[in-house]
Amino acid sequence: MNTKADRASLIIATLALCALFALTACSKKENTEQSNNAAEQPAAQPAATPIDPATVATIDGTVSFDGTAPKEAKIDMSQDPGCKGMNEAENIVVDKGKLANVFVYVKDGLGNRTFNVPSAPVELEQKGCRYHPHVLGVMAGQTVDIKNADPTTHNIHPTPKDNREWNESQPPSSPDIEKNFAREEIMLPVKCNQHPWMKMYINVVKSPFYAVTDKDGKYEIKGLPPGDYTLAFVQEKLGEQDQKVTVAAKETKTVDQSFKPAAD
Amino acid sequence: MSTNLKNLEVPYHRGLHRFAVILACWTFLLIIAGALVTSNDAGLSVPDWPTSFGSWYKIPKLVGGVKFEHTHRMIAQGAGLLTIVLVIWAARAEKRRWMRNLAYAALGTVIAQGILGGITVLYYLPPAVSSAHAALAQTFFCIAVIIALFTGKQWIEEQPRVEFDQHRPSLFTLTLLSIFILYVQLILGAMFRHHGLSWWPHVLNAVAVSFILAWTAVRALSLYSHIEAVRRPAILMLSLMIAQLCLGFAAFLTRVEWGKDAVQPELPMVLSTVAHVAVGALLLATTVVLAIQVWRHVPVAFEERVPAAERHVSAA
Repeated sequence: MNTKADRASLIIATLALCALFALTACSKKENTEQSNNAAEQPAAQPAATPIDPATVATIDGTVSFDGTAPKEAKIDMSQDPGCKGMNEAENIVVDKGKLANVFVYVKDGLGNRTFNVPSAPVELEQKGCRYHPHVLGVMAGQTVDIKNADPTTHNIHPTPKDNREWNESQPPSSPDIEKNFAREEIMLPVKCNQHPWMKMYINVVKSPFYAVTDKDGKYEIKGLPPGDYTLAFVQEKLGEQDQKVTVAAKETKTVDQSFKPAAD
Repeated sequence: MSTNLKNLEVPYHRGLHRFAVILACWTFLLIIAGALVTSNDAGLSVPDWPTSFGSWYKIPKLVGGVKFEHTHRMIAQGAGLLTIVLVIWAARAEKRRWMRNLAYAALGTVIAQGILGGITVLYYLPPAVSSAHAALAQTFFCIAVIIALFTGKQWIEEQPRVEFDQHRPSLFTLTLLSIFILYVQLILGAMFRHHGLSWWPHVLNAVAVSFILAWTAVRALSLYSHIEAVRRPAILMLSLMIAQLCLGFAAFLTRVEWGKDAVQPELPMVLSTVAHVAVGALLLATTVVLAIQVWRHVPVAFEERVPAAERHVSAA
């Protein structure tokens, strides 16, 4: 490198490479850093808005799959002899045209109401190297109690957009891990870096008005004050569908929803 | 590298050279191990660093993702130890000060690489840090390869055949451009693998890589094929580039097209992506070796080194 032009070229090339790295620094995970700095616990809860139990309504229904049910992919668990059990993926679970694992929740219409966070935790179990349940609903600030019932180590790694990211290992027969999520977030992915097929979704909501469809596609949301709501149906692969619903006092309303196969 | 190598009596140390070759091979193995970690999505299967599951020395049960991640860490520790031995050996045996400095640079690089690896664990794989870890890995590999080159018998003992390069851009400039475009490709590929960027910038840049490397190889082989030290790395560079394009296509198919709904990393995807990373490392190292050999054997013509304003007009 004897000429000024050569030196200038080298400086420009180095700056260009540094700019490329700076570009990567502007990509995702900024939310993670922000949420790492944010408090894990939500701020002190205001008093719950009273709800007259004599007027509450119920929404129930069935979610169906409008098309040929996809064949469930087989999972190869051979990389860990401690993994035994059902080895089919749970991306889209359809049984006789009914769609399981759809998260249903009241997305809009509750206004500024606040709700007590239940003291009882929701359970997430790792058994047969699978997460049970595959889709979980929990209120913001409510404890998720994570158990390992397998003879092998798992590591639980949520990858949220709006909550704090963490990654912890849980050996066999170890104590439960208790965590909570401070902010509302739908379809928050959780995975195990030990067993890459292990995936599930946690849905963090502000109200107790949510449900997950069972294997028959059925759901039920109870205790809803009368009013006009937007009900959201979210499936991990098929996306979200919303419906406007009006419920009167003490009414039981049936709201069905169907999903079509994703376009290839 | 301004020391006049021809005047300095530099003994050839066969043991040092062989050790340098071992380090280069070990580093290549480490790159493969690292690629296996990423392709198997096992990067955070050991959740802590610098300890592993709380221990500095205990080897955990090597199953699942831990098999890849902890094996990668152990091979990396080996690379660090080998580099320390190389530095001590070079400090005692090498008369060329720049070679000793190069060994120190290798040690600094491998330490920085270890720290970057730790940061990826502690901060949950931020794309910028993961990409830097990938790029620095291949940089360290290049340093290990050129240490092996410079300690080799041929480099030390040969009287290099020199031919001045009258063409513009010079072949040396083309090799530097090749290294630069390969680094861009490496960073774009790493950003895609670590979910910081989509796939198309990496694929688009592959067109530029193909053009520039082909230009360099054609120039080298058409004009300087009689210089073995230039011909061999040029042929190897061209061959590796073609192999890398094929592997890149396979990686694209298995990962982006066929693998987009895969429930777990599948063997064809893992094999093609790991091979793509490994051959990419070989390609970069080969291009660096070519640049060095071109610098030695095909220097830029002398008139270009002296700015016109400084030339003195000789007496007629």
